[in-house]
Amino acid sequence: MASRGKLRWGDTLDDEDLLPPSVTKGPDDNGIKTVIEYYKNEKGDALKKTTKIKVVTVEKKVYKVSEERRNWPRFGGAAKETPQDSVTVQGIDEIPFERVRQIKATTQEKKATDIQQVLATADKTVISGSIKEMLYKKRMERELLRAKGLLKEAEKPPEEDGKPGSGPGLGAPKAGSYVPPSLRNRGPGDGESMQKKREDNSIRVTNLSEDVTEGDLQELFRPFGAVSRIFLAVDKNTGENRGFAFVNYVHRDDADRAIRNLNGFGYDNLILRVEWAQPREAK
Amino acid sequence: MRPYLLKGHERPLTQVKYNREGDLLVSCAKNLQPCLWSAEDGRRIGTYEGHNGAIWTCDITWDSDRLITGSADQTVRIWDLPTGKELFQIRHREPCRAVKLSAGERFLAATSDAFIESPPAIHIYKFAENIEDQTATAAIEWTVPKGRVTRVFWTDCNRKLITSHDGGILRRWDVETGALLQEQQVHEDAIQDMQMSPDETHVITASLDKTARLIDVDTFEVMKTYKTGRFVQSAAISPLFDHVVMGGGQDASQVTTTAAQAGGFEARFFHKIFQEEFGRVRGHFGPINTVAFHPSGKSFTTGGEDGYVRLHHMDMDYFTTKFF
Repeated sequence: MASRGKLRWGDTLDDEDLLPPSVTKGPDDNGIKTVIEYYKNEKGDALKKTTKIKVVTVEKKVYKVSEERRNWPRFGGAAKETPQDSVTVQGIDEIPFERVRQIKATTQEKKATDIQQVLATADKTVISGSIKEMLYKKRMERELLRAKGLLKEAEKPPEEDGKPGSGPGLGAPKAGSYVPPSLRNRGPGDGESMQKKREDNSIRVTNLSEDVTEGDLQELFRPFGAVSRIFLAVDKNTGENRGFAFVNYVHRDDADRAIRNLNGFGYDNLILRVEWAQPREAK
Repeated sequence: MRPYLLKGHERPLTQVKYNREGDLLVSCAKNLQPCLWSAEDGRRIGTYEGHNGAIWTCDITWDSDRLITGSADQTVRIWDLPTGKELFQIRHREPCRAVKLSAGERFLAATSDAFIESPPAIHIYKFAENIEDQTATAAIEWTVPKGRVTRVFWTDCNRKLITSHDGGILRRWDVETGALLQEQQVHEDAIQDMQMSPDETHVITASLDKTARLIDVDTFEVMKTYKTGRFVQSAAISPLFDHVVMGGGQDASQVTTTAAQAGGFEARFFHKIFQEEFGRVRGHFGPINTVAFHPSGKSFTTGGEDGYVRLHHMDMDYFTTKFF
């Protein structure tokens, strides 16, 4: 091994240390540069390593003077600066360029949901005020129609005892005519009383832990829709809850969804049982 | 985007300014040392040491070899920009509020605040090419009506000056005689900042009446009004798009009494023509005192009451998105 330059072909066969030289190809049309290297691992096996590198050329126009200024020596307080106490840091958080107009576009939708929220939570006097106004307007319209003879005599309100179908035409209100909110979403012939109706949207939650509070239930059930009432049974003597609660939803669909999602849901180490509340026995 | 946070000043910022090419950035604050930064990566290149009061304003020469600063220590100083050496000192008897070099850089306009008995004034100095020839005596100076002069610009081939004032007033002056040529009430409250458009046909003014306005330089006609609903401390015009950016927020004395979100400390982007807001960039936790656009329009810098300078390089989507 005195000099590699004078290697003869016979020697190369014996010389296992000798590896082919590494080759660099490219970059080709796709900007891929290929580097092939040969090396040996600790066991003495010869290995071939191919590395492909994508070469991207970024063109940037810089003023000639700016390039010179880059090499200016630092002065004043900056001269004493070390990388450790640098006054410049790059922010860790990604700061977005927040689009403002997008929000504006959806204000219409927002208004719609706002009304529902208001109905569910806000000041009752505000809502009842607007509803009264609306009802008054509707009544006036009907009066007008009746005066013109375009509308039949006013339907009788349902009987207080809740006998189904006691009023004429109650089961199937005319299309387009006003239906009070309490009678909406009702199948034909479903003329139960308000009390009954309320129980329809009531669900019973059992197997609650003792630590559960009404606030926790609010948190748990609110996501499914507007909740009109939450009743947590509390032991009069101990003050602890008795492990069950009733939740009333404004809409039956929401109650249905809550049951489907929360029945069997693990809450506070216990598995909840959520079902439709049994209608109270007639007294 | 991930902005660079430049913590060179512990005190509220007063002005940030790019040089012509946009590779350097100078920041002035209420502490004593203005800083020179690399506008690319925010590296601090140097500090200018010598002032003895808050630095209100600065200006950079065309070829970035001199820096002029105006300070509350009643001096205007000329610095060698690359080395930080103080070359000359013009001593006033009043705090200096605004400085501006004329086109061609033969003259320097400096404004001073009212102080003890002296009323606010505008001083014009010869700006010597050789620093040995520089004099501290004004070529001409004249007093102005009561109220602070916040910014000054040379217009009409150096024949006239326009100044913005405390009371929401813009004034035009004849440089040779110091005569008042025009006076226009454009804002209801103090104009905090005025910046020239790249083509020097219009200026944007930022005011405490919670608006920024685009004003024609020749007529002082208000062309556009940008309503923000909070104090506007500074506004800048994009050299690239029809965008303007403005910074501000609630009054500094109110900041600690309300939640950070209520302050409205974001940099807000408005469309220059439609006067409609389309974007916001948050980050400061105090009012923004000064904003500046990079001469390419591809990045912008804000300086806040919180003592931070934030250097933002715009993400690709800012250039590709159709905002309108």
